Amino acid sequence: MIELIDLSKTYSAASGDVEALRDVNLTIRDGEIFGIIGLSGAGKSTLVRCINLLERPSSGRVVIDGKDMTALPRAELLQMRRRISMIFQGFNLLEQRSVLRNVTFPLEISGVGRRAAQEKARGLLQVVGLEDKADAYPAQLSGGQKQRVAIARALATDPRYLLCDEATSALDPNTTRSILELLRRINRELGVTIVVITHEMKVIDQICDRVAVIDQSRIAEMGRVADVFTSPRSEIARELILPQDRAAIDTSGGKKLRLIFDGEYSQEPVISKMTLDCQAPVNIIFADTKEYEGIIYGHMIIELPNDEHQAEKIISWLKNSPVTWKEEV
Amino acid sequence: MLSEMFYKLWDKGLIQLGVWETLYMTLLSSLIAYAIGLPLGVILCVTDKNGIRPMPWLNRILGLIVNFFRSIPFVILMVAMLPVAKFILGTSLGNGAVIVMLVIAAAPYVARMVESSVKEVSDGVIEAAQSMGCTNFQIIRKVLLPEAKPALIHGAVISMVTILGYSAMAATIGGTGLGQIAVIYGHQRSNGDITWICVFLTVLIVQLIQIIGTAVERKTDKRIK
Repeated sequence: MIELIDLSKTYSAASGDVEALRDVNLTIRDGEIFGIIGLSGAGKSTLVRCINLLERPSSGRVVIDGKDMTALPRAELLQMRRRISMIFQGFNLLEQRSVLRNVTFPLEISGVGRRAAQEKARGLLQVVGLEDKADAYPAQLSGGQKQRVAIARALATDPRYLLCDEATSALDPNTTRSILELLRRINRELGVTIVVITHEMKVIDQICDRVAVIDQSRIAEMGRVADVFTSPRSEIARELILPQDRAAIDTSGGKKLRLIFDGEYSQEPVISKMTLDCQAPVNIIFADTKEYEGIIYGHMIIELPNDEHQAEKIISWLKNSPVTWKEEV
Repeated sequence: MLSEMFYKLWDKGLIQLGVWETLYMTLLSSLIAYAIGLPLGVILCVTDKNGIRPMPWLNRILGLIVNFFRSIPFVILMVAMLPVAKFILGTSLGNGAVIVMLVIAAAPYVARMVESSVKEVSDGVIEAAQSMGCTNFQIIRKVLLPEAKPALIHGAVISMVTILGYSAMAATIGGTGLGQIAVIYGHQRSNGDITWICVFLTVLIVQLIQIIGTAVERKTDKRIK
């Protein structure tokens, strides 16, 4: 379990102090995939680096498996870091080492013999599907392959935790999906607790169990992904979930409603039923629904017709329906 | 076509000896200069305020010393440091003294060269190593130096060529080698051809160092392929 207690981090810069994190409290449970989402500069990178103490928090505590990381002597801290692996946006492989020797690197550091290390590394390369690239060098690999090597390397010391700092941000959508699938498999099969830092909602959506939304150095919102996704409470969560340019969509000025599908009605053809019942057209200006743990959920923004009467009809239909909806501003 | 003096020197093996002396002075000085400059350069990099173990005061003091020696022209340094050679070797004459001078001049140069090579290693890779629980010493030995290896080799070639150039000036304090032959037999006795032959041989050695260095660098660097 990772507990962050009253965590704050302030950098002193020439232009004055910069507060990167303020009073962050969160608990990451064993076995879950926990997402931390925020815009760039929100403080999420600092937050994840406070977990393994690559950044030392200005105040507050980081407690991992009951141990207060901030109070550990350096030698013990280095030992603890072997339990908390990390992968990065830029992969950060050793360019002068072969793939195999990149994976054996953390084992070498912990004093594991060469033969045992290589055997382990080959096994891990198999897990990430790169057993045939053992003798290649990072420069010869694609981005997705590099991240797979980084994941294999991160798993070498049998960590309990894996921190992913924008691990898919440099990858194309297909590669992103396959890397996320790999992470999910690692979580399920090896029981590694994963912390995912990202600015992309779809990453959270695809693999996380719970999510913390961070904005302006604070946690704005936290909860189960399905809950945050279907009814975001904070402005920033809404901003991240809804597309940025939705305001730019040219509409005829009718009233806009947001329909929320929380998994119970989305299998029914709600919109068709509504338009047929009301005999009124609606304009769908945004829709994003997806399957999560077998349930369909998501939301949709519709624009009502300019005709007052027709609009009234739809609203009263919705009021009598079990669909959750809100008026959009 | 060539002067009589040339044949005389050649028959006595003096020119061949000159080549050998220039080579060994350069190589030996480079080796010792690296023995001092390499750790010094690493310390400069590591103790920098953005390094893995910032120690501003040590960094500043070492930086000052390095800059001090680097700003003195070699010809002056050579004369000024004669007592040091005398202290170390008991004599301020001959190739031993020349090597001491070359090392004093080259070590700070090498240190800066190493510093800039090691600084090229990306922060991300260092951070990754730190996240794995590497000690600073492990980072230096297993990350910084191996990752900077091609740049270090590249720097070593430049340093050796510079040292070779310095060694030619050593004739001033009684050093031997191609520089001395050019000055004594070429310049002072007005045998233009001998000067030019020395120049030609020096260029040949520089080319040789460059070609071997580039080949080793290319073979080492796993980023290109």
